Amino acid sequence: MLQEAAFTKVKAEKKTVTGADLLLEALKKEEVEVIFGYPGGAVLPIYDKIYDCDILHVLPRHEQGGIHAAEGYARISGKAGVVIATSGPGATNIVTGLADAMMDSLPLVVFTGQVATGVIGTDAFQEADILGITTPITKYNLQVRNIEDIPRLIKEAFHIATTGRPGPVLIDFPKDIASGMIEPPAEEEISLPGYQPTIEPNYLQIRKLTEAVSSAKRPVILAGAGILFSKASELLREYVEQQQIPVVHTLLGLGGFPADHPLFFGLAGMHGCYTANMALSECDLLINIGARFDDRLTGNLKHFAPKATVAHIDIDPAEIGKNVPTEIPVVGDAKVALSMLVKQEGKPPENSEWIQTLESWQKENPYWYENSNAPLKPQRVTEMLFEETNGEGIVVTDVGQHQMWAAQYYQFKNPDRWVTSGGLGTMGFGLPAAIGAQLADRSATVVAILGDAGFQMSTQELAVIREMNLPIKIAIYNNRSLGMVRQWQEIFYQERYSHSKIPSQPSFVKLADAYGIKGYEITSEQEAETILKEVMNNNEPVLLDFRVAEGENVYPMIAPGKGLHEMVGVKK
Amino acid sequence: MRRIITLTVLNRPGVLNRITNLFSKRNYNIESISVGHTEQEGVSRITCVVNVDNDRIIEQITKQLNKQIDVLKVADISDQAVVSRELALIKVQSTPQNRSEIYALIEPFRASVIDVGKESLIIQITGESEKLEAFIELIKPYGIKELARTGTTAFPRSSQRSKQQTNFSIV
Repeated sequence: MLQEAAFTKVKAEKKTVTGADLLLEALKKEEVEVIFGYPGGAVLPIYDKIYDCDILHVLPRHEQGGIHAAEGYARISGKAGVVIATSGPGATNIVTGLADAMMDSLPLVVFTGQVATGVIGTDAFQEADILGITTPITKYNLQVRNIEDIPRLIKEAFHIATTGRPGPVLIDFPKDIASGMIEPPAEEEISLPGYQPTIEPNYLQIRKLTEAVSSAKRPVILAGAGILFSKASELLREYVEQQQIPVVHTLLGLGGFPADHPLFFGLAGMHGCYTANMALSECDLLINIGARFDDRLTGNLKHFAPKATVAHIDIDPAEIGKNVPTEIPVVGDAKVALSMLVKQEGKPPENSEWIQTLESWQKENPYWYENSNAPLKPQRVTEMLFEETNGEGIVVTDVGQHQMWAAQYYQFKNPDRWVTSGGLGTMGFGLPAAIGAQLADRSATVVAILGDAGFQMSTQELAVIREMNLPIKIAIYNNRSLGMVRQWQEIFYQERYSHSKIPSQPSFVKLADAYGIKGYEITSEQEAETILKEVMNNNEPVLLDFRVAEGENVYPMIAPGKGLHEMVGVKK
Repeated sequence: MRRIITLTVLNRPGVLNRITNLFSKRNYNIESISVGHTEQEGVSRITCVVNVDNDRIIEQITKQLNKQIDVLKVADISDQAVVSRELALIKVQSTPQNRSEIYALIEPFRASVIDVGKESLIIQITGESEKLEAFIELIKPYGIKELARTGTTAFPRSSQRSKQQTNFSIV
């Protein structure tokens, strides 16, 4: 409010506003609720205005934490995450987050400070060519050259970030542009003649797909994160129930279709379940909705869905046919495509035999592990977290074994409850992303499932959790190693554990204590049960250091270069 | 196979960087690239010649290019009747003794001499890439001191003949 008052006053008296004023005004117009930002020299004019601004500003303890938090926020809220970093090192510190958001199609609008226009290109203090650096890892990036363009450019940035296939957009803000004063510019419409995503699919392709479904004997739907981005979960369910087509999920798609639905057959891919991978290997019609046939999903492409006609619904035409030859390409938004498919009311396929086969696979080859009270089994811990949250918590993970166990054993009932770094596989992502997720949904129980190594890549963000009193449940699966690296070294490198074991570690409980967060070391299933009951429902952050079995591996597994049907570690 | 892709792009800062970056990011090889203004203000035309192994790659290239925010239009015009031109400047060693010999080579290629020095002359030649290559091969024995090529720029012809027919350029 203060800010608005100041703004009008300036307008009335001097008829001048600064670039920074225009920036914050534009953010308000976009209804931005939270900014994840870190001040520094080149963004001082912006921070001087943030001082009076009523948008919530979160100060991460490292810029990378800030951008991962924005990613978590974007994933849960469906809105663009907003980040501010200063020039030079501030800007280069967010590079990993941009690459991560680009891979996982997360909408971000990122502002970086830049040295003043007069000294750009002179290797000035804290100057970095952030446009050059981030061009391949942003959906779009640009530098503001004229103050009066700011409102339009920001409007365009939000439009680009959140429409079509979402992605990160970076705006580089020279210091003199932020502090320069002009008369308030007239409102300008966005002008992006080269950017018109196809939303409505071609009707003929929808017809073709409907016919293919009717005549299929062994159809399967592979549902990816596109379902979540387009908010198509309910329509997917409607379509699946109308046509009785089994569904499997990609890693990032989890939650798009309810895990307890009789037509859901699990997670597919490198550590997916037997049934889902065999369904992809044996199907005669594969309908990919909003997934990009990532190599961790397909395994060796030579053996991928060898018997199937492939249909692919995607808003990004460049994804169709990129990795897997596609007979029925459908370019468009998943929700629009599904509503058209539902309206077709095509003849459902005769596939009861196929569903029976899948059901018997599911019964005979579930995920499995050998439980023990101590050492604690990570799979069991995940099951307990699932039970304690009734399957309705927001689960945020880092990258590695714990991520796969979370994906396998947490049965998501609802969409937009799962935050993980899929494409880039960024360690250190989990803890800050949990902050963003909690800010996007204050009432949810957020469980950050982390490995002991990934946790140590962004430990400093504990300070934010305490400062903002976010009741995040931090569950560290502590196996004193880089679990997934160790697993690969065990299997593919003759147990030569090169730098994958971490024998000396700090006490995470004491570390949490130093940040003012209550911590518990948990060594047995019994202990876990009591402590979880105690802490899961209170309104305080907590750190749970689960001392899990060190040599535990993630199974089933598809070795690199192998096909989906060549899983090892399947329950016999 | 050799493919010609033409793009019209918004002439915004960094647009060329985005295009060339995309080629290196996706591991595509550019044989040549030429850029310049068009009849429309603020719009540039880029012509890329690429060498690819199969149709799927060229499809990916055009789709990825199309995805760029500042790209207005992408066309793979290799299968159409096109007029394509490239310009080369060639500095050749030449003495008064062999000068007329070189002039005799220049004549049938409709190239021209644009600068003459004591020990060298500069030839300008325009045409399709194959023609330029043929000429360069011919002139090589005289000693090429410097060579600069602009890369191909191309248009589809106004009238297209059916695909079965081979297309000939008159020039």
